[in-house]
Amino acid sequence: MTGVVQLSRRRFLALTGVSASGLLLGGVVPGDALAAVPAAGAEGLRLNLFVSLEEDGAVEIIAHRSEMGTGIRTSLPQVVADEMEADWARVKVVQAIGDAAYGSQNTDGSRSIRNFYATMREMGAAARHMLEAAAAERWGAAAAECRAEMHRVVHSDGRSLGFGELAAAAAQQALPAAGELTLKSRDQFRYIGRDVPMVDLHDITTGAATYGADVELPDMVYASIERTPHLGGRIASYDAAEARKVKGVLDVVELKAPDGPPGFNNVEGVAVLARNTWSAMKARQALVVKWAPNEHSSHDSERYLDALQARVQDGPGQVARERGDVDAALDAADKVIEASYRTPYLAHAPMETPVTVARVSGGRCELWACTQNPQATQAAVAAALGIDKSAVTVHVTLLGGGFGRKSKPDFSVEAARLAAHVGKPVQVNWTRTDDLRHDYFHSCSAMYLRGGMDDKGNVSAWLARQATPPIGSTFDPSVTFMDDGDLSQTFGSVPFATPNLRVESHEAPAHVRIGWLRSVYNIPFAFGVCSFVDELAHAAGRDPAEFWETMVGEDRHLDFAPEGFEFGNYGRSIEEYPYDTARFKNVLRTLAASIPWGEKLPEGQGWGLAVTRSFLAYVAVASKVEVVDGQLRVLEMHGVIDAGTVVNPDRVHAQLEGGMIFGLSVALSGEITFRDGAVQQSNYHDYQVARINQAPEVIRTHIVPSDALPAGVGEPGVPPTAPSIANAVFAATGQRVRELPLSKRFRV
Amino acid sequence: MKLTVNGRSYDVDAEPDTPLLWVLRDELKLKGTRYGCGDAICGACTVHFNGTPTRACRLPVSAAAAGEIVTIEGLSADGSHPVQEAWRRHNVPQCGYCQAGQIMSASALLARNASPSDDEIDGAMSGNICRCGTYPRIRAAIRDLAGSEEEGAS
Repeated sequence: MTGVVQLSRRRFLALTGVSASGLLLGGVVPGDALAAVPAAGAEGLRLNLFVSLEEDGAVEIIAHRSEMGTGIRTSLPQVVADEMEADWARVKVVQAIGDAAYGSQNTDGSRSIRNFYATMREMGAAARHMLEAAAAERWGAAAAECRAEMHRVVHSDGRSLGFGELAAAAAQQALPAAGELTLKSRDQFRYIGRDVPMVDLHDITTGAATYGADVELPDMVYASIERTPHLGGRIASYDAAEARKVKGVLDVVELKAPDGPPGFNNVEGVAVLARNTWSAMKARQALVVKWAPNEHSSHDSERYLDALQARVQDGPGQVARERGDVDAALDAADKVIEASYRTPYLAHAPMETPVTVARVSGGRCELWACTQNPQATQAAVAAALGIDKSAVTVHVTLLGGGFGRKSKPDFSVEAARLAAHVGKPVQVNWTRTDDLRHDYFHSCSAMYLRGGMDDKGNVSAWLARQATPPIGSTFDPSVTFMDDGDLSQTFGSVPFATPNLRVESHEAPAHVRIGWLRSVYNIPFAFGVCSFVDELAHAAGRDPAEFWETMVGEDRHLDFAPEGFEFGNYGRSIEEYPYDTARFKNVLRTLAASIPWGEKLPEGQGWGLAVTRSFLAYVAVASKVEVVDGQLRVLEMHGVIDAGTVVNPDRVHAQLEGGMIFGLSVALSGEITFRDGAVQQSNYHDYQVARINQAPEVIRTHIVPSDALPAGVGEPGVPPTAPSIANAVFAATGQRVRELPLSKRFRV
Repeated sequence: MKLTVNGRSYDVDAEPDTPLLWVLRDELKLKGTRYGCGDAICGACTVHFNGTPTRACRLPVSAAAAGEIVTIEGLSADGSHPVQEAWRRHNVPQCGYCQAGQIMSASALLARNASPSDDEIDGAMSGNICRCGTYPRIRAAIRDLAGSEEEGAS
């Protein structure tokens, strides 16, 4: 057993802040291959995932990933408890602080279960073996006669000892060697595959759960910050006279931004520090700040998208993937179909805005933050304060939604800088307007697709071009093209059997901070790809569900290398997680069989569907819509997911439900626009997200039973949703929508 | 000024224009009422003001002083209010941030209408945004209490 090492109690205490006696275990997991940012990518093999057992039998299991609503604080510990044969009722989940010793804690990319399922099982199993060995030693019995069962070790003659009674002796046992560890078989699972309720459920329903803004320290002051409206903006001048007159104001501070790319640094601003939140917010409104113009202060998103669209329509770009001869096939085609699609910038808009409490004293910084990535917070704060990472402690609160926004610790850097300046603990709490205007925005995108078919509707050529400002630009402004990893999110990795196929990229220099948002580039790219397949199906006079299967072709594992495409596969090897067209088609078939696909509908109603593979999971979504007098309503949404092995089915259903509703927001009304370099939206009234009255009356989800390796779950429900709705709108009205959101065309 | 929250009287030293939300959170340390938008658009800060669901982020404390305020902490002593129990039965929350506001809106609805129709449920709950998309389960939990539930979500 190479995956588990014992930890000293002191080390355990240092990592968690929890005092534990008895058995301590730590696991080693491989470095995270899909590190989202260059700065966080260089972690090697690290300790990870801890179990402790007290002499009274209490088990503490460390959650090292952030809880933002997926249920991960429950699901991973539930795996450990199962293999350990611990009684879930006696398990307490303890949130880890940020520490590289855990390996990656960056909770995004739908990675927590797929990257840590195996390790967590080993962790639990190793604990079980050590408890069994301790009991065998106590009884002078053979280990094979002793078996852990529901928080006790039972001898074959009926004697038994509780886990607590064995804790001290178990901690003295040697770690099981490689090969000694037996994992449970599927039929022995007690918790894996069961709907264990979230550990935070009671606290959430009573208001007692602690989110970022709920942390208060003695002597804490409150900050509200007026920030540059455009990328890289600098203060030209400011007048704080009126702000200083507001009762409760303590100070007004210039918050300079360092030179260089945005990265995870704070942006430039003027901060008001006050005795309470309201004084800070009110005084901040009274600030007058003038900003120096720069090359981004004329950014206009409408003109920018027009330019990107012209680029993709006008000519060939850099080739990312190529099979056969697309140009010849298009020349020879009986019918050529072409279409341009575009999608806007989006904001994450989690219900809880970014917030951090920071305290700086004695050369150390301690933070409490709603962060998806405490180690990135630690690194960014250490760099900003010029201290060592080891002098920065990051406590992770619950997150009121994250969706990728809270992987970027710019807001924690602000709190740390201000705390260092005033010498008191500081809470930085963003307003909703701050959140919408200073996001790491989801990329806008312009796409052009062209297909050729013969007179029987067989597609001979697929040409796909896009121009999309890349996330990499946030860390290096010279990055202006999508790379193969970016294009691996649907656009470049289409599973079509089409004999001639080419995927191209055009340049798109960024003028705003670009970041990853739930399912990332799959959002625009699935909209383009899945809409265009639907267009081809209708041009061929074929049923879209049947047409999708024809496009995908025979059962096989895709090999992208011969076509010059470096498929990213969400950080996992293609041998381990093949792109399996049989599973792709199966979610589609399962979906079509579960709804009245092909039913005769009243005038103004229609069904549409879309299928994607993202984060290693296969998802098909069908939507039924109604359009009456320009009013669009989504009546039904049905989703089928094949995510391989599932730990907590109820939470997987919840993520698929939530993912589809997130996709509904994208489809109906999600749009951030810029004029003169600045965001035009300011709150949920002009950046609308789906409300309960817009949610379809019927929402059904289905999980394909599978023994395959676990895949992602948090994000994959999003990509197929918007195109399924747009395709349904076409079925209902004959109007093809090629630009999101749908609110541009219909009342929603 | 005096403020009555969850049946208890508080002496509060705050500027009269301070929204009730910040008095609850910063002064009274009642953190279950949450900030989401500051403009009465999202419902995360919903409390009962004389029994009516009210957005605390736009209610000046000077106006709040005239009535009885109930926050999520005062809905029940131990989380045993039927709406809280239904929320747990249906595993409604995901991130949970908006759920105190959702529960306050739902409990106010059911207090004045024990068996709301589906339209009435959507109408009463449409001021509360849930970015995680727990709407199907919110509906199921309320229908459960209203006796109109056909089946749970999924």
